[in-house]
Amino acid sequence: MIKISQIHKSYVTGQNSLHVLKGIDLEIGAGEMISIMGASGSGKSTLLNILGILDNYDSGEYLLNGLKINRLSERKAAQLRNKMLGFVFQSFNLVSFKNALENVALPLYYQDVPRKKRNIVAMEYLDRMGLKDWAHHLPNELSGGQKQRVAIARALIGKPKVILADEPTGALDSATSLEVMDILQEVNATGITVIIVTHEHDIAMRTRKTIRITDGNITEIVSN
Amino acid sequence: MFEIDKWQEIYSTIQKNKLRTFLTGFSVAWGIFMLILLLGSGSGLENGVKEQFKGGATNGVWISSGQTSLKYKGLKTGRQIKFTNEDYKSIKTTVDGYDHISARLFLGNKLVSYKNEYGSFFLSPCHPDYGFIKEVDIIQGRFLNTIDIREFRKVAIIGEKVKSTLFKGTDTVAMGKYVKINGVLFQVVGVFRDYSRNDDEQKRVYIPISTAQRVFQGENVINQISFTTGQASVQEADLMIKKSKAVLSKMHTFDIDDNRAINVWNKNEDVRRFKALFAGIRLFIWIIGIGTIIAGIVGVSNIMMIVVKERTKEIGIRKSLGATPWSIVALIMQEAVVITSFAGYIGLVLGVGLLELVSKNMPPSEFFRNPEADFSVAVMATILLILAGAIAGFFPAMKAAKVNPVEALRDE
Ligand SMILES: Nc1ncnc2c1ncn2[C@@H]1O[C@H](COP(=O)(O)OP(=O)(O)OP(=O)(O)O)[C@@H](O)[C@H]1O
Ligand SMILES: [Mg+2]
Repeated sequence: MIKISQIHKSYVTGQNSLHVLKGIDLEIGAGEMISIMGASGSGKSTLLNILGILDNYDSGEYLLNGLKINRLSERKAAQLRNKMLGFVFQSFNLVSFKNALENVALPLYYQDVPRKKRNIVAMEYLDRMGLKDWAHHLPNELSGGQKQRVAIARALIGKPKVILADEPTGALDSATSLEVMDILQEVNATGITVIIVTHEHDIAMRTRKTIRITDGNITEIVSN
Repeated sequence: MFEIDKWQEIYSTIQKNKLRTFLTGFSVAWGIFMLILLLGSGSGLENGVKEQFKGGATNGVWISSGQTSLKYKGLKTGRQIKFTNEDYKSIKTTVDGYDHISARLFLGNKLVSYKNEYGSFFLSPCHPDYGFIKEVDIIQGRFLNTIDIREFRKVAIIGEKVKSTLFKGTDTVAMGKYVKINGVLFQVVGVFRDYSRNDDEQKRVYIPISTAQRVFQGENVINQISFTTGQASVQEADLMIKKSKAVLSKMHTFDIDDNRAINVWNKNEDVRRFKALFAGIRLFIWIIGIGTIIAGIVGVSNIMMIVVKERTKEIGIRKSLGATPWSIVALIMQEAVVITSFAGYIGLVLGVGLLELVSKNMPPSEFFRNPEADFSVAVMATILLILAGAIAGFFPAMKAAKVNPVEALRDE
């Protein structure tokens, strides 16, 4: 599903250049569930953003589902994100003035699905997350766990091939974290590739493989 | 761009940010409101002045006799010039380009009576063409004709005011009745309406000039010759006046440059000056109005800039979910267009409403009447508004399209 080789990425700020990714090689098969761990600032989010086509890389090669991803037009990148990828963030990133249902339906808006159909499908996904009764609540009326479940529903509604989660449990207590991990495991069980960045060992242990990044290099790959 | 879904998306954002939307729209509404008021005031002023011009073709030329002020061919100054029927005839035959021509006699106010009713009214002896020159609005019967002149008929065309003074109570039919003018019986053959607010003009009686000369004056004298210049340009009209002057100066032996020997009133000139003045005023109003709208646009643009900044995170989220740059541009632009058009429309309606109110409740004065903003102005303003919205939204939309999702979504 994902194949990257010799990915390099530097951030240039003024005179300084920070070499963040120093030649990453990684292959993730379809339907895998892996976790990425590493110290703060080691380049985990940078890697995930490149995988999510939210950011460009400097050199190397990235194949997503056999498609070469290199300096795509914004339009093309947007279409790929819409069809192939789903994002889950530590801070949920829900649109604050849209209710849960509207938030979940948003990706379908960009697939030109009619409003009625959108809302029906969104309701199904919310129901699957056990949030049917919360459909018309604004994000600030939901708990952290509920918010993250809305975000996961939103990530899934476009039927993506890959879910990219950057510290999805980072803002949640341990009980809620376990719930979220249960859901992500269920998602993975439907055949969707799941990649989770995390600091927590427990979370990493729930995935099948853990990749450790140290200072811009992959230093360890462990099967759990 | 015009799918209903997009509108709903915009509607929901606007709906959920009411205060912001209101503040954004207010400046535009104000701008349009002011523009409409200004244009309305301009038209009120114009209508007021136009009213002063009413009662007479806008291409009329009036030539009256006066006293010489320059020595000429050994003749001294201060001679009274007296026009005669021959002057009228020779201008009629030598000057070309006019479409109506008439001589006039000034007899002042005369006593006009019918049975026991009477009044003092301005007598205006003239030729049939004067009906066109003065744009006399006949509401009953007819104006003078050539047979009246040729046969010295004692017929009269009376103004509405004259009619209402003389024909009262049970005897309100004026047509065909005989009225006494200075003791002489004249038959009423027509009634006219005069829109002028000048009392003299409304209390007027037209009679054939030939009859008047014979009955009231007993000599071959006229006081004024007037004609309309048809489709002639300003220069052509000037040429016609010059020719008339030449004819008259030859007939009466006075210096053609003597401006006191004859007085010329060329309405073409007045109208041209008037038109130029109001074209200037209108231009001025548009400049101010558009200036106000531009201030509104800058205001909207500014607020939209802030809005885009505030919404950076949301735009980042939308991008991560698959929003193309174009869809983001469309979102912001459409929002700006919707807000400005809607707000502007409110300003338009309020402005027009206020004008209507003023128009209905304010008595028309000498220089101000019927302030109005016509349909073409409303259409112009609408186009202007949509354009304004697009301009106001353009830079913010470009800024929004350039939002980097990685930076937008980074936790602070
Ligand atoms: N836009 C940027 N410009 C400059 N430097 C950046 C930028 N984004 C990230 N960095 C730097 O790149 C390095 C890697 O950042 P990254 O966010 O990938 O780390 P991370 O592994 O996700 O850390 P954390 O666990 O704290 O989230 C850091 O030193 C960070 O300061
Ligand atoms: Mg990170």
